[in-house]
Amino acid sequence: MSSIIHGAGAATALSTFNPVDSKKLVSPSRTNLSVRSQRYIVAGSDASKKKKSFGSGLRVGHSQKLIANAAVATKEADTSASTGHELLLFEALQEGLEEEMDRDANVCVMGEDVGHYGGSYKVTKGLADKFGDLRVLDTPICENAFTGMGIGAAMTGLRPVIEGMNMGFLLLAFNQISNNCGMLHYTSGGQFTIPVVIRGPGGVGRQLGAEHSQRLESYFQSIPGIQMVACSTPYNAKGLMKAAIRSENPVILFEHVLLYNLKEKIPDEEYICNLEEAEMVRPGEHITILTYSRMRYHVMQAAKTLVNKGYDPEVIDIRSLKPFDLHTIGNSVKKTHRVLIVEECMRTGGIGASLTAAINENFHDYLDAPVVCLSSQDVPTPYAGTLEEWTVVQPAQIVTAVEQLCQ
Amino acid sequence: MAIWFARSRNLVSSLRHNLCTSTILIKRDYSHRPVLTTSHQLPSTVFSSPFVASLLRHESTAVEKQPDELVLHSDDQEEALQELDFPGGKVGYTSEMKFIPESSSRRVPCYRVLDEDGRIIPDNDFVPVKEKLAVRMYEQMATLQVMDHIFYEAQRQGRISFYLTSVGEEAINIASAAALSPDDIVLPQYREPGVLLWRGFTLEEFANQCFGNKADYGKGRQMPIHYGSNRLNYFTISSPIATQLPQAAGVGYSLKMEKKNACAVTFIGDGGTSEGDFHAGLNFAAVMEAPVVFICRNNGWAISTHISEQFRSDGIVVKGQAYGIRSIRVDGNDALAVYSAVRSAREMAVTEQRPVLIEAMTYRVGHHSTSDDSTKYRAADEIQYWKMSRNPVNRFRKWVEDNGWWSEEDESKLRSNARKQLLQAIQAAEKWEKQPLTELFNDVYDVKPKNLEEQELGLKELVEKQPQEYPPGFHV
Repeated sequence: MSSIIHGAGAATALSTFNPVDSKKLVSPSRTNLSVRSQRYIVAGSDASKKKKSFGSGLRVGHSQKLIANAAVATKEADTSASTGHELLLFEALQEGLEEEMDRDANVCVMGEDVGHYGGSYKVTKGLADKFGDLRVLDTPICENAFTGMGIGAAMTGLRPVIEGMNMGFLLLAFNQISNNCGMLHYTSGGQFTIPVVIRGPGGVGRQLGAEHSQRLESYFQSIPGIQMVACSTPYNAKGLMKAAIRSENPVILFEHVLLYNLKEKIPDEEYICNLEEAEMVRPGEHITILTYSRMRYHVMQAAKTLVNKGYDPEVIDIRSLKPFDLHTIGNSVKKTHRVLIVEECMRTGGIGASLTAAINENFHDYLDAPVVCLSSQDVPTPYAGTLEEWTVVQPAQIVTAVEQLCQ
Repeated sequence: MAIWFARSRNLVSSLRHNLCTSTILIKRDYSHRPVLTTSHQLPSTVFSSPFVASLLRHESTAVEKQPDELVLHSDDQEEALQELDFPGGKVGYTSEMKFIPESSSRRVPCYRVLDEDGRIIPDNDFVPVKEKLAVRMYEQMATLQVMDHIFYEAQRQGRISFYLTSVGEEAINIASAAALSPDDIVLPQYREPGVLLWRGFTLEEFANQCFGNKADYGKGRQMPIHYGSNRLNYFTISSPIATQLPQAAGVGYSLKMEKKNACAVTFIGDGGTSEGDFHAGLNFAAVMEAPVVFICRNNGWAISTHISEQFRSDGIVVKGQAYGIRSIRVDGNDALAVYSAVRSAREMAVTEQRPVLIEAMTYRVGHHSTSDDSTKYRAADEIQYWKMSRNPVNRFRKWVEDNGWWSEEDESKLRSNARKQLLQAIQAAEKWEKQPLTELFNDVYDVKPKNLEEQELGLKELVEKQPQEYPPGFHV
């Protein structure tokens, strides 16, 4: 297993560390690897041209403004902002982690190759040099054991950040995550807390085959005691990382392999994000599109087309996968009366399925049409580029679904 | 082996200088490692490994510099002539095609101090136990017996759902606890309530947990026996087997990081050693150089699975070496041997920042739990033999009595007091009100999220509307 992970990590390491360039955000035609290596993020790259439609409602608050930048995510992005610094998503995660380690000596990192190697996606780069190889701990390969180690360390006062080299392999740690991490605070009657962060790359899109391209949020969502968030922009990646570390609860932070090189200008001053809050990406009137992680960018691409066709969709990045921010979601449903969920998770028993249920239970009276959920096919993610692409929702599907819902 | 003996002698001479000790005894070298005993107060054994001596992982936190370069380069002629430099260190060549045997011809012997009649075996190497400590150890062993008996009966009467006794393993329970410092963090399996008893958990507190009442620290959320006490550094027990072992490595790591003068101590049964977590836990602790004492209670049976169906090695003690961990096999029914071994292991773990494995040979005299009838799968005379002839409590009592520290009168007084106190504790625990409904939803998270608030509210309304559907005295 290690060699597989390692190989994948190395290969991606070679190809990922180019800043995202808006000109490379080409349409997703994927015929061979050389084309693949040219494109990474499907961001709402037209936003700068269509400022009006994308930016109109984005001045709702401080965070929304920054989210606009994230959605733009190009070099041309908002140069008018006076402060802040530009960095890639993996650097934002690293910055958040480093700041928390500076702030609190109990924060430590453990996982495979997180030390001087810096992690397979370089999120822990430079940390071992700065904080020492004990605080940034390379462990032997055993997901269940290093997760267990983190739990033990957390129960005695540390705040470990546990890196799963690939989310798929965290299934090997399922027992510790579920039976121990999720339950010990409860079964001990609150005597012991488990303030761990479990994080790592997941998601479809790097042609890494079934086990390396998983969306495990569906597996983890029913574990009591666990909180789950998915980051999607450098801004929220850093803010969520910091919030997750400070949380007294065990938090699983989902990162997406295709988003690590997303670039954004983030504030110089310190900030954290709310772990239980959804993010308004694009306010609109006609329909509520709920999404998270990488699908946010497919949605924004579709939104561009939809706006051209005269629709005004409201896009919300739900961000908190457990619990759902039903306040933000509810307000939107009450306004638009139509809901489309776009996710990369599995169709059966996925986040979308839970979200559909939650909306039906809570806001049924406000709906003018049944909730529609676009999810990945219920198949293991195939390796071949075209097959992989057909597995996940594409922008064209989103456009069609919105048109049908808004008829 | 002969080669290693030769090396050991060289090591001894080089170590003599380093250690400044007056008397050094060479013991039999099972582990390919030179074993030396100093004449300190504690027989704190000093080792040096030819493999890892110069490979300390976290140099910044090394407690004690190991003697450098005691490695293979010494005097061995033919075989050491050619060596290959592998990433893990130099390995000599041999022209002999020789497989390492699956086990050594002689089983690893079992360290003991007391013979069957409770007499100290002459020329023994052990940590002395004074009167006060010995009496307290005996009292607690006897109290544990009484507690097990009464709670077991309470379960049989249907007053609690489940119970599990430690009968036959009282010495491991109490002697190991006595050998530890209160700061040492215990990650128990479930047959070690004696550790908690030793640390001051009262019989009332035990009863409150088993009855899951309002005074239970676990707030009525865990089945009986799954005690936990933050105050007494005793982790709340999880039912799945062996999950506490990697956690112990993490606790050790945490103690190491904070440079605390304490170690993690974790317990497991023979059956648990088949779990992946056992192997990973040992390996992790070894690699992290974490101060962890692993205590395996090899009691012969994992519910109905005999150890012959559990593993093919010479028990558990031999597994330590494969992970680079010092190990000892000890008579688990000999309280003095357990005490000495645990005390020394703990000392090594803390001062040298390394894990140690102890295999305590014992026998599960009781059934696995109240859900089990072990006479269905093992001979009654086998149980009887261990219950009578090999009883750890009786053996220790003989020794304490022979010293003039304990009498028949003390005995009956202790047992009747414990019995009385337990019966009162059970009655009180039973009468105590149960946890209120809010405790169903508390502590899932540090702050109750909205969805749980809603679920709680919904349930409250339901209970208030149809109180007849819920048990009387149910507190909303």
